[in-house]
Amino acid sequence: MRITSGTVLVGGMALSNHLLLAAGVLGTTGSSLARILACGAGGVVTKSIGPYPCEGHPGPCVVETEGGLLNAMGLPNPSREFEGELQVLAGKPVILSIYGGNPDEFRTVASWFAGTAAAFELNLSCPHAAGYGAALGTDPDLVEACTQAVSSLGLPTWVKLTPNVTDITLCGKAAERGGASALVAINTVKAMRISTELKRPVLGNRVGGLSGKSIFPVAVRCVYELYESCRIPIIGCGGISSAGDVIEMMMAGASAVQIGTAVKDYPCIFRSIATDLYSSDGVPPDTIVGCAHG
Amino acid sequence: MGSLRIPLWGAPMDKGALQAVRITAITQETPTVRTFSFFPGFSFRPGQFVMVTIPGVDEIPMALSRSDTITVQRVGDATGALFQTRPGDLLGIRGPFGNGFPEQEGTLAIAGGVGAAPLRPLVMHGLVECLLIGARTADELLFLPELTQKTSVLVATDDGSSGVHGPVTGLLKEIPLSEYRQICVCGPEKMMQAVLQTLDAAGMAGKSYLSLHRYMKCGIGVCGSCCIDPDGRRVCRDGPVFSGDSLLHSELGKYTRDASGRRKTV
Ligand SMILES: Cc1cc2nc3c(=O)[nH]c(=O)nc-3n(C[C@H](O)[C@H](O)[C@H](O)COP(=O)(O)OP(=O)(O)OC[C@H]3O[C@@H](n4cnc5c(N)ncnc54)[C@H](O)[C@@H]3O)c2cc1C
Ligand SMILES: Cc1cc2nc3c(=O)[nH]c(=O)nc-3n(C[C@H](O)[C@H](O)[C@H](O)COP(=O)(O)O)c2cc1C
Ligand code: FES
Repeated sequence: MRITSGTVLVGGMALSNHLLLAAGVLGTTGSSLARILACGAGGVVTKSIGPYPCEGHPGPCVVETEGGLLNAMGLPNPSREFEGELQVLAGKPVILSIYGGNPDEFRTVASWFAGTAAAFELNLSCPHAAGYGAALGTDPDLVEACTQAVSSLGLPTWVKLTPNVTDITLCGKAAERGGASALVAINTVKAMRISTELKRPVLGNRVGGLSGKSIFPVAVRCVYELYESCRIPIIGCGGISSAGDVIEMMMAGASAVQIGTAVKDYPCIFRSIATDLYSSDGVPPDTIVGCAHG
Repeated sequence: MGSLRIPLWGAPMDKGALQAVRITAITQETPTVRTFSFFPGFSFRPGQFVMVTIPGVDEIPMALSRSDTITVQRVGDATGALFQTRPGDLLGIRGPFGNGFPEQEGTLAIAGGVGAAPLRPLVMHGLVECLLIGARTADELLFLPELTQKTSVLVATDDGSSGVHGPVTGLLKEIPLSEYRQICVCGPEKMMQAVLQTLDAAGMAGKSYLSLHRYMKCGIGVCGSCCIDPDGRRVCRDGPVFSGDSLLHSELGKYTRDASGRRKTV
């Protein structure tokens, strides 16, 4: 199955296609983000930027697993100095990912970039950073408060959710109440590998988040559940690596998708997926979004 | 002759799992540099690197100086912890990663300091016709006896204690650069930039290959910490070896980024 191409209006953004770069993957520098846009991405989400510079967790930060990737980067970021990276991206569809320890920190970071980013994405979902990410994102009241603190600045505000909860729709609805323009689902799935030879967890941080093909079914389920309970658009993320995956995500309820891990082996995957996904005799995308719910 | 092309985007293999290796020997090479031998080794191409885990401390990138050795200069916490290990201890290894140097005969190699480590296999495979090697002092010259047996070697030291007094670029004046099929370079950033400028002036930038170092966290091209400006290429995956002409208008020699992604001047 193929869909027709055209401008994609989602969560307050107008994108040239349905395919965005996911946060934290090749998103640390302006020139890297520009490269991904040149590789056919309809938009790019930056590395999550926080209130203070952070060096991240000690290594190993990443290890490959069968069908996936386990990471505990620990949110390394240059904080406000990231403004310098965005200079080469003026006017481009750049969504700034933000993390903070409380609503005020989210708002502070957002206010630094209110003139340069086209939209914000709130990282309320990173599973391996104590006091940040999923530490807030599993509490619906905090999700609502953080969303409210940023959405009140007037720019499109997307909220990225964690799958590491019993009911993801509670957090989705909280973001909606806080004024979110879209939901992004999902961040990584909390996971661990142990080196049997070293007799210790492989990652420096011990616990990390799983991404890549192996989490695709989890992501599809989360998007499906959110579509049943929320009205704002959903951006599907997690394990997407082909046009077929994109169609499946859209049928679950996604209006657009983000791709992370699959970019590693082929930064121009956006262009190759677009080639397979779009056709002038395809069906209009609107007719398949959420069609699996009938 | 047909020169080997280095792909601009993406390097081949993917050995992402962490494998434990046992340290079999530790050799003091210079006052600040030690070679760590381990078992088992890996098949690799000269210029490729591995991510080395010192359990409970950190993981750092290291060039393979042989299929089963890394050669390490002690500079900080992780390398300091590595220097505390003993034969019999375990390390974690991911890799080998990166593209490596093109393997061609008729190579001129230029090494500065511990930059001799990734160039050593090229020399030992008999591909290097001439090696220019520089270090701060005579006793910091790495692998000198075995390299001298394989190729003709010209030496420069910062303090003049051996060979030409001054940077290794001083040796370049005496070399008929155009007679070499390719020029492979690894050393401190400022040295590589000076070498590249000299090679460019001689019209040889397109035949030169420089091995870069940038802060690496993943080593497999996903995290973005090692990307260089202005084209966003990943040193870990699209490099670490880049052709000189592709670096002429890059950040090389100007700035780099630290673990947080903040820029700092070189
Ligand atoms: C592809 C590649 C191959 C390398 N090969 C060798 C080699 O063969 N022999 C050798 O002695 N050194 C090599 N290095 C450099 C080596 O990785 C650093 O010296 C080492 O990481 C320092 O760690 P530290 O904790 O002891 O020092 P720190 O005190 O943490 O840092 C000292 C300096 O080392 C650099 N550094 C620290 N961590 C990293 C990291 N994760 N990635 C890159 N740079 C880092 C930074 O520039 C820093 O300023 C290589 C680097 C790269 C990128
Ligand atoms: C190395 C790495 C770093 C990541 N960093 C971030 C981050 O900074 N902020 C964030 O919201 N998500 C981050 N993520 C999660 C991804 O954006 C994405 O939600 C997840 O990887 C699932 O998508 P994928 O399977 O396509 O990679 C990171 C993922 C990886 C693999
Ligand atoms: S070290 Fe992560 S992309 Fe190169």
